[in-house]
Amino acid sequence: MSTGRPAIRLCHLYPDHLNIYADRGNIAVFRRRLEWRGLSLEVAEVGLGDSIPADCHLYYLGGGQDRDQMLVAENLAQKADPLRGAAEDGAVVLGVCGGYQLLGHGYTAADGRRMPGIGLLDLETTAGDRRLIGDVVLDVTLNGQTRKVVGYENHAGRTHLGGGCTPLGHLRRGHGNNGEDGCEGAVATRIVGTYLHGPLLPKNPWLADVLLGWALDHAGGPVDLELLDDNFEEVAHAVAATRAGQKR
Amino acid sequence: MRMPSLPQGLAASAARRAGLLSQKLGRGGGTTLPGLLLNRLRPEATAEMARSVPGGVILVSGTNGKTTTARLVRAALDTTGAKVVANTAGSNLERGVATALLHADGAEIGLFEVDEAALPGLMGQTQPRAIALMNLFRDQLDRYGELEHLVDRWREAVACLDPATVVIYNADDPAVAEIAATHPNTVSYGIEDPRVGRERLPHAADTTDCRQCGAPLHYDMITIAHLGRWACRECGSARGQPDVRATRVELHGLGGQRLAMATPQGPIELSLRLPGMHNSYNALAATATAAALGLGSESIGPALAKREAAFGRAERTQIGKVRVTTLLAKNPAGANENIRTMLLEDHPLHLLVLLNDRTADGQDVSWIWDVDYELLLENNRLESLTVGGDRAYDMALRFRYGGFDPVRMSVVPSVSAALDAALRTSGSDGDLYVLPTYTALLEFQAVLADRGLVPAFWEDK
Ligand SMILES: [Zn+2]
Repeated sequence: MSTGRPAIRLCHLYPDHLNIYADRGNIAVFRRRLEWRGLSLEVAEVGLGDSIPADCHLYYLGGGQDRDQMLVAENLAQKADPLRGAAEDGAVVLGVCGGYQLLGHGYTAADGRRMPGIGLLDLETTAGDRRLIGDVVLDVTLNGQTRKVVGYENHAGRTHLGGGCTPLGHLRRGHGNNGEDGCEGAVATRIVGTYLHGPLLPKNPWLADVLLGWALDHAGGPVDLELLDDNFEEVAHAVAATRAGQKR
Repeated sequence: MRMPSLPQGLAASAARRAGLLSQKLGRGGGTTLPGLLLNRLRPEATAEMARSVPGGVILVSGTNGKTTTARLVRAALDTTGAKVVANTAGSNLERGVATALLHADGAEIGLFEVDEAALPGLMGQTQPRAIALMNLFRDQLDRYGELEHLVDRWREAVACLDPATVVIYNADDPAVAEIAATHPNTVSYGIEDPRVGRERLPHAADTTDCRQCGAPLHYDMITIAHLGRWACRECGSARGQPDVRATRVELHGLGGQRLAMATPQGPIELSLRLPGMHNSYNALAATATAAALGLGSESIGPALAKREAAFGRAERTQIGKVRVTTLLAKNPAGANENIRTMLLEDHPLHLLVLLNDRTADGQDVSWIWDVDYELLLENNRLESLTVGGDRAYDMALRFRYGGFDPVRMSVVPSVSAALDAALRTSGSDGDLYVLPTYTALLEFQAVLADRGLVPAFWEDK
């Protein structure tokens, strides 16, 4: 669709290997929420054999099985420079679950093996002895607004943040980064990581629009996004928050 | 504190009485409670009871199709006149197998469908005569964990099997084929008809890298999810020719299919009342299992042909003028096959999707985003859409972001009210397809039973 208005270029990293928690739902949200506003999304899919384009406005890294994540980690570590450069210039980066871990310094598995990260976020992850699974609700403050964000988590990693980034949010329900400090996710300028799937964005349209606003700003386009009819989103969000408050 | 193990007879009769009481109190079919109690009173009871079945025990497992396949194997076994103990209408966890065995009196052979995570444990306990390994798909990640962990557990359990156990396996699933490859006594099955192959792997394909060397697998035919005729161009690892193979697959929409199979016992031609390629695989698994048990090809075909769909699997109910077809959809691979089967019909489709997120469904509803509902939208085949269940609004979002106009959608969380809404929009020409998750199917069944349309589920035989 050509509208004369700027298109957002999204780089979807490793869609064949990192897609375990329905990451394509997040991509669909980016696409539709732009289309409903007369804007468009171009997606560049980057696999093991491709290089990473430096000129995208939005980079997305999803979650994978351990086996796939190990494969991707080595590959990404070797070719991440264009991604680092784009992030420095103001491109938006979103990492979910395994993708969140890969944005940090690295992941140490239970057997001591270490998976490299790319160090875009100042955080370190080590495997815990049991998986942290369940509904999550947290308060997120971005662009000076605080909103409730809902999702589902399922991860063995325990993530601890360094001084170079801040938590994405503070938990009302769920385990979050490590099950101990009440924090979930991480953010540094426009680089965002989180354990939340479900997928993340369909039930959190406010967060989707914050990320799209940043991407549009980086693309030199309009930043004030028109309001959409988010009735379904709001009810689904409320249902998920209620489920999180119930003992299951 | 751990209770001392009770003697077998005492433990068994206490467990049986508890089941009867539960049924009398209206607490359901009593298909799990006795086994659960028995395992508490005497943990070794399942193994003891299984060993006392003279003809041995057969286990059927996989992410999708185990209920239907067990029913098909049952139909083949029934032709021999043998008395069979099975968990057809009950739980497929250890407690369900134990409950069935408690009521085995005099059975000559045991046949159990087994939850894929419970399989390794039950393989150890029952020392099976035969096991059928059907497929491993992405399913309920919050409950089963990653697919790779299940693959590892299955591989370890198969390595511990008695070499005399026959392993029946799906050669088209690279992970399952790798698990079975080291066992000395196997019967494999697969689909060989290139006309039913698909162009590309669906989004929800899981095992698409070579198990030996990690290179991407090459397929010259793709059937369901990551199933097909696979080969690795790097290390030469490849699907061999299966022992039992479908040489011709003719799919006739929801009405059923015709299959031509080549087996070591000779060719089998078969008309199946079960629709879709997933049921082609179920029929192949059942045929391979029956053949492994020594049944002749002349009795297998007619036995399978008679079988109707299992509870909620392409089951049909008439409600007024609307014909309602229920297709259990609990994971991406299964839901995708239901969608493809519906698309074989040439009339407008009215759809009721019921999404629950209870323990038996998986509490994580992410999986609906891996289902290719877009296939229904691309060809404009969807006449009306109603979504219901505990997570109706998540399903509404799935279709909204899939490109379906929300104005044409009814969102009704209550299953009973959702059915009414769907019946209204189906009009008088209607063919309504209901896609429920597992607990939504139980609710839907209860709604139909309340309206006098079907018997309650534990009466299923
Ligand atoms: Zn290979």
